[in-house]
Amino acid sequence: MIYLYRILSMLAYVLLAPFVGGFLAGLDRKLSARMQGRIGPPLLQPFYDLAKLFKKQVLAVSRYQFMMVASFLTMVIGTGTLFFGGFDLLLVFFVLTTACMFFVLAATVTNSPYAELGAQRELIQMLSYEPMILLTAVGFYMVNGSFRGVDVFYTGTPAIVRLPGVFIGLLFILTIKFRKSPFDLSTSHHAHQELVKGVTTEFSGVLMGMVELSHWYENVFLLGLVALFFVSSAWWSSLLAVGAVLLVWFLEILIDNTSARVKWNHMLYSAWIVTAVCGGGNLLVLEIIRMLF
Amino acid sequence: MELWIISLILLPFIIAVAQFLIRSDRIRKVLTYGGSGLIMATALTLAVLWYMKGQDTLSLPNANGLLTEAIVPYIGYGMLGVELLLMCVVVWLSVRYKKFLIALLSMAQTGLMCWLELSGKIHESAGVIYLDRLSLLMCLIIAVVGGLICIYALGYMKDYHHHHTEFGDRRPFFFAMLYIFLGAMFGLVLSGSLVWIYFFWEITSIISFLLIGYTKEEQAIKNSFRALWMNLLGGAAFAAAIAYCALTLHSVNLQVLLARPAGKIGIMVFLLAFAALTKSAQIPFSKWLLGAMVAPTPSSALLHSATMVKAGVYLLLRLSPVMGGQVTGVMVQAVGGLTFFIASMIAITHSDGKRVLAWSTVSNLGLITACAGVGTAETVWAGVILLIFHAVSKALLFQTVGAVEHAIGSRNIEDMHGLFRRQPGLASALIIGIAGMFLAPFGMLIAKWEALTSFLNAGGISVLLVILVAFGSATTMVYWTKWLIKLLAVPAGTRREDDHTENSQWMSLGCHMLLMLILCAAYPFFSDGFVTPMLGELGFADAHQLLSLPDRVVMICLLAAVFAIPALARILSKKVHIEQSPLYMSGVNEGDHRHYEDSYGHPKKMYLSNWYLTELFGEQKLYRPVAWATVVVIVVCFILTYGGAF
Amino acid sequence: MPKFTKSPWVMHYDGSSCNGCDIEVLASMTPLYDIERLGVVNTGDPRQADILLITGGINYYNESVVRQIYSQMPEPKVVVAVGICACSGGVFRDCYNIKGGVDTTIPVDVYVPGCAARPESIIDGIVQALEVLEKKSAASAAPTEGESNA
Repeated sequence: MIYLYRILSMLAYVLLAPFVGGFLAGLDRKLSARMQGRIGPPLLQPFYDLAKLFKKQVLAVSRYQFMMVASFLTMVIGTGTLFFGGFDLLLVFFVLTTACMFFVLAATVTNSPYAELGAQRELIQMLSYEPMILLTAVGFYMVNGSFRGVDVFYTGTPAIVRLPGVFIGLLFILTIKFRKSPFDLSTSHHAHQELVKGVTTEFSGVLMGMVELSHWYENVFLLGLVALFFVSSAWWSSLLAVGAVLLVWFLEILIDNTSARVKWNHMLYSAWIVTAVCGGGNLLVLEIIRMLF
Repeated sequence: MELWIISLILLPFIIAVAQFLIRSDRIRKVLTYGGSGLIMATALTLAVLWYMKGQDTLSLPNANGLLTEAIVPYIGYGMLGVELLLMCVVVWLSVRYKKFLIALLSMAQTGLMCWLELSGKIHESAGVIYLDRLSLLMCLIIAVVGGLICIYALGYMKDYHHHHTEFGDRRPFFFAMLYIFLGAMFGLVLSGSLVWIYFFWEITSIISFLLIGYTKEEQAIKNSFRALWMNLLGGAAFAAAIAYCALTLHSVNLQVLLARPAGKIGIMVFLLAFAALTKSAQIPFSKWLLGAMVAPTPSSALLHSATMVKAGVYLLLRLSPVMGGQVTGVMVQAVGGLTFFIASMIAITHSDGKRVLAWSTVSNLGLITACAGVGTAETVWAGVILLIFHAVSKALLFQTVGAVEHAIGSRNIEDMHGLFRRQPGLASALIIGIAGMFLAPFGMLIAKWEALTSFLNAGGISVLLVILVAFGSATTMVYWTKWLIKLLAVPAGTRREDDHTENSQWMSLGCHMLLMLILCAAYPFFSDGFVTPMLGELGFADAHQLLSLPDRVVMICLLAAVFAIPALARILSKKVHIEQSPLYMSGVNEGDHRHYEDSYGHPKKMYLSNWYLTELFGEQKLYRPVAWATVVVIVVCFILTYGGAF
Repeated sequence: MPKFTKSPWVMHYDGSSCNGCDIEVLASMTPLYDIERLGVVNTGDPRQADILLITGGINYYNESVVRQIYSQMPEPKVVVAVGICACSGGVFRDCYNIKGGVDTTIPVDVYVPGCAARPESIIDGIVQALEVLEKKSAASAAPTEGESNA
């Protein structure tokens, strides 16, 4: 029975994630506009953008761009599919790393100065968030006794109770992952950036469309990760998880609209400190408690 | 089987003598191909025989074999003679270059061994040779990787002396050293007696010293002496451990030592572990490995990455059952974990290909060391898998960097810009090697996954290791990805260049690439059938496979996907209509799209460099504090062990 | 099916403008005018732009820049000349260094007059540009021979 659910959940992710992701992106733009006292674009604007991008002419510098972006998209979908299939979290994160590497390579094969600079910053971003991502998996292992995502459904209490520090750490680096200000260094959703469009500078038409699409897939996966902290065997936990996800999404938008971009070394320092203190501290406390009792 | 073991140890020495005598290029070629082939065949035959004869551990001398108990003492005297000879060489060279402390260090340990041997304290004939799965695995690695590297050296050294006319052509010496080294490594991993292990251990140290100084440049000589004193320090600790064993246990057999309760043999294990740390270039001693990069690339690949430094972790893996939960284990964990993290950070700041590889070697050895230090079945499992994959992919990377250096005249990563178009073959070899080092689902990553899980299962202080590994994985990812970026970033108008790589080099590179892919695909079966029983032999009762079956299936699927996805995308990209367009440089591109027009209307060259984060992770900044921290850890652990032992 | 008109991404290039029109272009993004209502994104990247907004006339130095940026935009694309200088050269028309309006260099689809052009008229210009964009995309079902190699 559980296998059926897992397969259904994987299918649902592959088919529905673009819609959820696009809708969330629309919500993001609408909410951002409202926070700035504007009316903002229609809720479905991201879908219009995507449709347009897929219809436009494709100008590319290198013939490897398409290959790399397509690999990125596939790998991101693979990441989310494995995650929603309840597979080993470490495996999921390793695939995610590989996907992100393809994204960086997609930018750098062009040998374009802005894309390259963006890609180097993207690398710094990965350097900043990777430790916390791994520690998140470790946290779940210490709570559930396994890396498998599906096992949260067998626990009595949601993981957040025992992993508050890890959750805070994850929230911090999610801002990097969602490409929100103050950590939108490699590329930004906002109009003007000093690096033109950073990593995505040389992507046009369907290339850019695929990048957008994979970000939607990625965002849904990341929010799923947030939900994992709140899910347990109790029926009401799913409602709690949905609420938490929406709250986190709102918080990210709020942070995005209220902070200015920082320098890369500030990002690296702060992310590592938060990872070590909140994430690492939480794990150590858990281990000490385990050893004492 | 006994015959094969003995011939495996002796064969390389015989080839080495022949190599030393031969001056003709053609005969050397035949001898090297034939010799390496013979060594590989011998090792494989040994493995097959072992498999067919019941896969038991074997301890020599036994009742009716070639190697009788009566001969062993004479071999012991022979070894002592060779040791004295080596000491003379070291002392002579040290005095000549005014390094008197090194001479003293060498004399002290050889003197100690002499006294032990001549006073009859270590006359022990039983079990001087010991074959189990771990030795067999090491033999296979040494034979296959080492043999291939020797073949690679043929073409490489020819080119090397073609490029560097300023250095004397000492190829007969070089090849002889490589083969002696192989023989010493076989001896090291097949010996059961600590005295024998020590003998071969010293030979590898001295060969490393001689090969680092191959060019006889000032820098080379300085670095070779640094390598020598650090390795001799380890050797001294080893000799002290033997003395302790002989005086307190009345046996110098490693298996006898390991059979004792861990609490009683703390000081011996500490000294051996300390020797292993110097050999594996863990942080207070990592400088020698970096310095060793001045040596010709085949020796870097063979000694300083694929095999010799593995001698240290091999010993640690053997000791791991008695290190788990002991003070020594804590020391090894701390040193290994810190080395893994710090070395990977320092690797980010380097642009010299060989230095990046060296730091990454130090870093990965740190992870294996930490695995051994935790000393549970699972961590050792991870350590063994790491050891296998690291040997193959690092040997591949070193050899490719050497070939690239000859092809483009530089081994700087910055100069490898667009190598994928300029030298597609070499670039592909580099890409496969790099992918093997950090990408899912290739070997090193699987092993890292295992390591993380096993550290968690071990609990306690290992949780700190988990945090170090989490950070270290991120930094590892950065320096490899940066390298990939350079290889794949192709500026407009880049042309294919001539490939001067010799056939012998290609043969080795091709075999390594193939070997790595086979290992990745076959590893789940291999790990169940081979590594799990190996853990039993090492003294772990509860050995089992960590990765669940579905995970392993997913891993295999991923392996296929990593190749299939880009290939499919490549085919698909031909269907999509893509217009070629010049790259965007915020203004006007000039001519070949590598220049742009500046605000005075003049063309300006655009150059893209990687970020090196030197001010953050610089060696100057990080190395000293960490080195002191590890020294403090070692000293404190020594005091604790010493205090606890008596 | 959503049309091109629903997602016009704009790239703004400052020719030899006095910055008057530039300020008005930015003003049209402020809460008062909020051009994002129409789905407009102000992007700095020609690869992702559908509409090229140019303020100020063309001089001999930036002529090649404008041409290159135009060539780096994927089809279909439209050009909006904002302000009288971009339309015809304006008061700088006879300067020694001014070539004239944008149409001396690249084809212009919509002219927005004014000195400076008011945000309302800029928005109106973009709306008109959308119609041109739609026509162009209908005309070129297959990608046209772009000036991608200009």
